Amino acid sequence: MTVDRILEESRALIATPVGAVARQWKDAHPGGRAVAAYPVWAPAEVIHAAGMLPLSLLGGGTSVELTHADARFQSFVCSVAKSSLELAFQGLVDGVDGFVFSNICDVARNLGSIYQRNFPAVFVEYLHLPQNSTSPSVGPYLAAELRRLAAGFERVFGLTVTEAALTKSIETYNQLRARMRALYAQRIAEPHSVATTELYAVLRAVTLAPPEDSIARLDVLLAGLKDRGGRPRDRLRVVVEGAFCEQPPLGLLEVLEEAGCYVVEDDLLLGWRWFTRDVPVDGDPFERLAVAYVDQAVASSTRHESREHRSAGLIEKVRRARADAVIFMPAKFCEPALFDYVLMKQGLERAGIPHMIVEFEEKMWTFERTRNEIETFVESMLFD
Amino acid sequence: MPPQVTERAYQGRVHQRSRELMSSWMAEIGRAEAERRPTAALMISGNCVELLRACHLLPMFPEVTALQNAIRHKSLPLILKAEQAGYSSDNCAYVKADIGLYLDGGMGPGTPIPFPTITVCNYVGCNVYVKWFEHLADISGSKLFMLDVPFARTDAPTEADVRYVVSQLRELIALGESVSGHKFDIDELREILVDSARAQDGYARCKHLTKHHPAPFDAYFDSINMMGPINVLRGTREAAEFFEEAVEEFEGLVAAKLGPVSEERFRTVIEGPPPYPYYKNFRNLMTRWGSVAVQSTYSTVGGIWEFGFRHDPRRPLESIAEQMLRENLTNRSIVARYAQIRRYVEDWQADALVIHSIKSCRLFSAGQGDMREYFIKELGVPTLLVESDLEDPRYYAEAQIKNRIDAFFEALE
Ligand code: SF4
Ligand code: SF4
Repeated sequence: MTVDRILEESRALIATPVGAVARQWKDAHPGGRAVAAYPVWAPAEVIHAAGMLPLSLLGGGTSVELTHADARFQSFVCSVAKSSLELAFQGLVDGVDGFVFSNICDVARNLGSIYQRNFPAVFVEYLHLPQNSTSPSVGPYLAAELRRLAAGFERVFGLTVTEAALTKSIETYNQLRARMRALYAQRIAEPHSVATTELYAVLRAVTLAPPEDSIARLDVLLAGLKDRGGRPRDRLRVVVEGAFCEQPPLGLLEVLEEAGCYVVEDDLLLGWRWFTRDVPVDGDPFERLAVAYVDQAVASSTRHESREHRSAGLIEKVRRARADAVIFMPAKFCEPALFDYVLMKQGLERAGIPHMIVEFEEKMWTFERTRNEIETFVESMLFD
Repeated sequence: MPPQVTERAYQGRVHQRSRELMSSWMAEIGRAEAERRPTAALMISGNCVELLRACHLLPMFPEVTALQNAIRHKSLPLILKAEQAGYSSDNCAYVKADIGLYLDGGMGPGTPIPFPTITVCNYVGCNVYVKWFEHLADISGSKLFMLDVPFARTDAPTEADVRYVVSQLRELIALGESVSGHKFDIDELREILVDSARAQDGYARCKHLTKHHPAPFDAYFDSINMMGPINVLRGTREAAEFFEEAVEEFEGLVAAKLGPVSEERFRTVIEGPPPYPYYKNFRNLMTRWGSVAVQSTYSTVGGIWEFGFRHDPRRPLESIAEQMLRENLTNRSIVARYAQIRRYVEDWQADALVIHSIKSCRLFSAGQGDMREYFIKELGVPTLLVESDLEDPRYYAEAQIKNRIDAFFEALE
């Protein structure tokens, strides 16, 4: 297998509707079940430990016309919520047996129950992920919440999550995340070796495949990238922030780089890269996972962290990735990203880090204005 | 053409007394700095104001300031100030008006609205609360206490949920003690909860009186007079007495067969917060058709009392936790709200549902199209959906709203 082959496979996978992905896997695993999680974070480990295929529900991208969902969600609601619902109306998630939502924002909160009302035959669970980051009671609470999810799988699918299986799944996902971290580190070291659109395709494919397959794929990729060669160009090293839920169109990511940037850090598909280091595997795995959710987490707009300023995680990313600037990329109408923009922007300004903002929608298709804006920004920085 | 229905010229004791009580609370906040009284900012939804009282912290509610500014037509310049500072036109305008107030110098040291000593984010359902209070704490430099209340997602709160909230309440007590220097006394909290339950009783009785024909007051537009006392002043003797007076006044109206309009022609349930910048206009558009709201969901954001829940002084912390977890609209899913509204339509004998969809507040509004589908298609309840905002006057298009309301009631006739 070569890097190109991996990229090709990843692109093919992410062009497949999530329902079809689930059905293909279930054909190969008779009696198997698939559960998809809405962004940002969900315990894929618990789904995996029940013997199921963990997937992501990431909206319809550019491919799905809204014919039902826009009668249910108003014009001032982000696209990913609407198109994720539309996928179900159009049968494009048929094959997925369950969905997990969580309290990332008020839209997602409402979407979970509306999904269940309209599609009563599927399993829908809503997780309340803690916003308290310091109370000693957080760990036990979240552990109970994860056990509640596991109990739901047992009740509805008859699949048990044993502690041993969960420990094993945490190990598997630790390996997967270690490779994703390595991939990000590789891009920081040699951004010319992997384009962001390539990295994104691979990452997104991770959300649609068994972790064991993804690990194998990432191993090939990591080995291959090292000798991919190429020459570094004179580009602005940027961190992309705010695209943690709705997926930016590939065209936008392309334009970023074409306009003269190297994206060296981002928060794309952040939930799949949630832990900054391996989740410990000794002791009660539910508790380990729960504690890690709070204490080993990447900075995220969907989680309150009272131990540091809202901009601290972003500034740390800028420093670690040796970035020159930040490009805020919130989805249109995305409240968590748009609120955080203000505090993050203030923090960046105090730290003397330049920034710009580009709002997007998953269905955006012309990028010329954005290209001009980014080019101007890049020029102002590179030739200053 | 609407019939000749007029609003009965009544601004009874309830209205007057509510204004007095709320003004005196605001005056207390205004004196807090000079009197060196510690304050705590809190959110309305499913709040634990009783606990703050027992901790000798004076509660402040930024949402109340925001809505007062909107009613007084002062919100737009504040919103614009915040937008200039980087807030998006798509962010909740309640937050922007509050931040704008600070940027405008209307809040902070030496002003009638001081910065809170501590900021207690009772994260009850609304995810924007987390952001709002993060920003407020950042601006004011006050300590932020994040009180994380798990969303209602099971038939009843789980043991883990209650334990989690109670342990955070204990941590809040410890913080309160350190801020106020006052030793917390659980018996004092019990006494406060007795008064609280009295107010809840009174509020619930008022709300049941609108089952009468005609309803003695409008459960949407007039409820606002009771929402201050029930959400902000709960736990005081004054609030308890206020509701006893209110019950008396409304019972008098029921006996006299008097309602808020000259003729009650349509009984509605109204869902969603009101357009505060055009409160009176919106009301007029309804009342000219003889439409009276006999129930509203907005009046239950702080607590749903009409279905029987009361704080229990024998289990003070547990019952505060239960109220935060379950007994308020905000912490329930939108689909759970359908059941609440359905009960209102049936038990209060409403003819129609009016959904006022608010751009600012996705908690209320995201998915209200689905709600409309449910009520029209599955229950056959005539349902009207109009859109504007609770704080930002730019989203209120009177002509359009009027057309829709007129067409709706014309068809209902
Ligand atoms: S894009 Fe933003 S607003 Fe929309 S569901 Fe995701 S987090 Fe919520
Ligand atoms: S989103 Fe709604 S509940 Fe939340 S702060 Fe804004 S108006 Fe209030």
